[in-house]
Amino acid sequence: MAEIPAIEAKALVKRFGSTMALNGLDLCVPLGGILGMLGPNGAGKTTAVRVLATLLRPDSGHARVLGADVVTQAAEVRRRIGLTGQYAALDNSLTGRANLVMIGRLSRLGRAEARRRADELLDRFDLTGAAGRAVKTYSGGMRRRLDLAASLIGRPEVLFLDEPTTGLDPRSRAVMWDIIRDLATGGTTLLLTTQYLDEADRLASQIAVVDGGRMIAQGSPDELKDKAGQDRVSVTLAPGTDTAAAVAAVSAHAAGPVAVGAGDRLTAQVPAYDGITTDLVRSLDLAGVRVTSIAVDRPSLDDVFLALTGHGVAEGAAQHQGEAGSDETGGPLADWDEGATPQGGEAA
Amino acid sequence: MTSATFPRAAARAGRWPAMYWAVTDSLVLTWRSLARIVREPETLMDVTVQPLMFVLLFAYVFGGAIGLPGGGSYHEYLIGGMFGMGVAGTAPGTAIAMVADMSEGIIDRFRSLPMSRAAVLIGRTASDLLTQVIGTMVVAVAGLAIGWRIHNGPGDALVAFGLALLFGYALSWAGVCLGMVLRSVEAAQQLGFILFLPFMFISNAFVPTQGMPGWLQTIANWNPFSAIAAACRQLFGNPNPSALVQVWPMQHPELAVLLWSALLLAVFAPLAVRLYTTKSR
Repeated sequence: MAEIPAIEAKALVKRFGSTMALNGLDLCVPLGGILGMLGPNGAGKTTAVRVLATLLRPDSGHARVLGADVVTQAAEVRRRIGLTGQYAALDNSLTGRANLVMIGRLSRLGRAEARRRADELLDRFDLTGAAGRAVKTYSGGMRRRLDLAASLIGRPEVLFLDEPTTGLDPRSRAVMWDIIRDLATGGTTLLLTTQYLDEADRLASQIAVVDGGRMIAQGSPDELKDKAGQDRVSVTLAPGTDTAAAVAAVSAHAAGPVAVGAGDRLTAQVPAYDGITTDLVRSLDLAGVRVTSIAVDRPSLDDVFLALTGHGVAEGAAQHQGEAGSDETGGPLADWDEGATPQGGEAA
Repeated sequence: MTSATFPRAAARAGRWPAMYWAVTDSLVLTWRSLARIVREPETLMDVTVQPLMFVLLFAYVFGGAIGLPGGGSYHEYLIGGMFGMGVAGTAPGTAIAMVADMSEGIIDRFRSLPMSRAAVLIGRTASDLLTQVIGTMVVAVAGLAIGWRIHNGPGDALVAFGLALLFGYALSWAGVCLGMVLRSVEAAQQLGFILFLPFMFISNAFVPTQGMPGWLQTIANWNPFSAIAAACRQLFGNPNPSALVQVWPMQHPELAVLLWSALLLAVFAPLAVRLYTTKSR
C-alpha cells in the first residue's frame, strides 16, 4: 500500500475580494517530521493553514489531510488535526486548566480523561503553577504554550502551527522550539509557518518557500541552499602577505571576481562541492600565501530566498503590506502586552 | 490510526451520536459561559442592577406622576413591564460576548475541533436563559418589596414567567446574530444600548400607551415588549390598562408573545447558524 501523505494540496486558490491569497498552491508533506512554510507577510501562509485546517473553503483546487478531503470530509480532518493560530485562541476569563478541560471535552474526551490530560499537559509545558489563574493574567509566552497545549489535547496526528514564535522573547522562543522538536520526535507531523529564516533552518526537515500565494520551491534546507548554487569563501591574509598571489590562487577556484576588503580580507563566490575548502588551502599554500583564517559558508536561507523570489523576506513584507485582506492581520490581542516586534531579516 | 479514545467515546454516544454530541458540547459551552459569570460577576449587572435601578426610579421618582386609565396601583403595574426588561437585558450582553469570541480567535479554535457546529450558539443562548431566570427573580423580589403581588393562582404565574423567559430566549438569538455581524465590542455596546432603550420605552412597560400621540400608540401597542408586559399583568392579576386598547396584540397578549417569540426564533436561529458556519474572518 502506498503511504498516504500527511498533507496534500493541489492548485489551491483563495481570493479575498480582489486579492489572490492563494494562487494555485501545491503542497505535499510526507508523514512525520516538520515542514516549515517560509514566506513574507501576505504570501498566503496563514490562508493555506486555514484552508488545510478546514476553517476556510478554497475557491478552487482541493486538499487532503491524512487522506481526508478538507471540504467534503471536514469532520474527519478535524478529528485528527490540531491548530495553533497566530494569536492565542483561548477564553481569557477562564483559568488555564478550565480552558484545557473545556477543549478536551469538545475534542471528545470524557470528563475524567479531559482533566487528566489537562494536568498532564500543564505539567509538561511548565504551567502547573499558573493553572488556577485566569488566562488574561498570563504573559505572552505562557499564553502561547497554553494555546499549544490546547491544540494537543486530542492527540492530533497532524499539527498546524501558524507563526508559533512571532512576538516572543528569545527565551520563550527557545522553549517553543524545544517543544516543537519533542513533538516531531514523538511522531506528530508538523506544519509550521514562519517568516524567520533561522527558525525554518533550525527546526524544519523540509522547507516550502511560498510567495504570492504559490509554492516556489520545496526541499530540505540543504537542498534549497544547493539551489542558490554557490558558497561564499572569505580568506584573511597574514600581515605582509603578497595579496596579488593570494588573489590569483583564489581566482583559480572562484566562480566570479575576487573582492579585496579592508584588513587583507578576500571574499569570493565559489562552487559548492565537498572538498572546496581543502582545494583552496592547497592552492594558497602552493602560492606561498600565509593565511590567518579561511571560512567557506553555505549560503544563508536569506540568499536562497533572494535567489528564488528576487526579493528578501523583509522587502517582501513591505511590498505585500495591506494585501491579503483578513489573511495575516490576525487578532487584535496578539500578545500586545509583549509588544510584537517587526520581523524579517533575522538570519542576516 | 485513530486515537484510542474514540472507540470509548463512540460507545458513550449510543444510538444517536450526532444528537448526543450536540447536547454534550452545548452543555460544555453552557458551563463555559456560567464559569465566566462566576469569575466575572459584574457581567450580571444588566439583569440585576439595571432592572433594580429602573424599578426604584419608576416606582419612586416618575411613578407618582403617572396615572393609570382604569385606576389601580402603579407599583403593581410597573412590575409586569419590568419582567420584559429583566429578560431582554441580556441580549446586548449576548452580542458583546459573541463579538469578543469572534475577535479573540476562540471561535477559530472551536471550528477546528471535531465538535457540533450549533453547540457554540446553543451553549451561549442556554446560559443566557439561566441569567434571565436570575433577572426575573430579581424583578420579582424587588416587586414584592415595593408592594407588587400575584393575585391569580400559581399556574397563571408560572405561565407568565414561562412566557417572559421564552421571549427572552428568542431575543438572545437576535443578540447572537448582531454579535456576529458587528466587528467591535464598542459597536456592540453602543448599538445594543441604542436599540434597547427605545424598544423598552416605546411600549406600555413603564407608561400606559393611552397618553401617547396616535402614531406612537400604534407602534407601542404592536411592540413585543407591550405584549409581554400586558401578558404578565393579565396573568398576575395586576392593573392592565392595555386591556382597554382595541388592538389585536393587546386583546390577546399571551398569544402575541408566543407568536413574537416564534417569529424571532424562526428568523434569527437559522440566521445565526448560517452566519456562524459561513462567516470567515
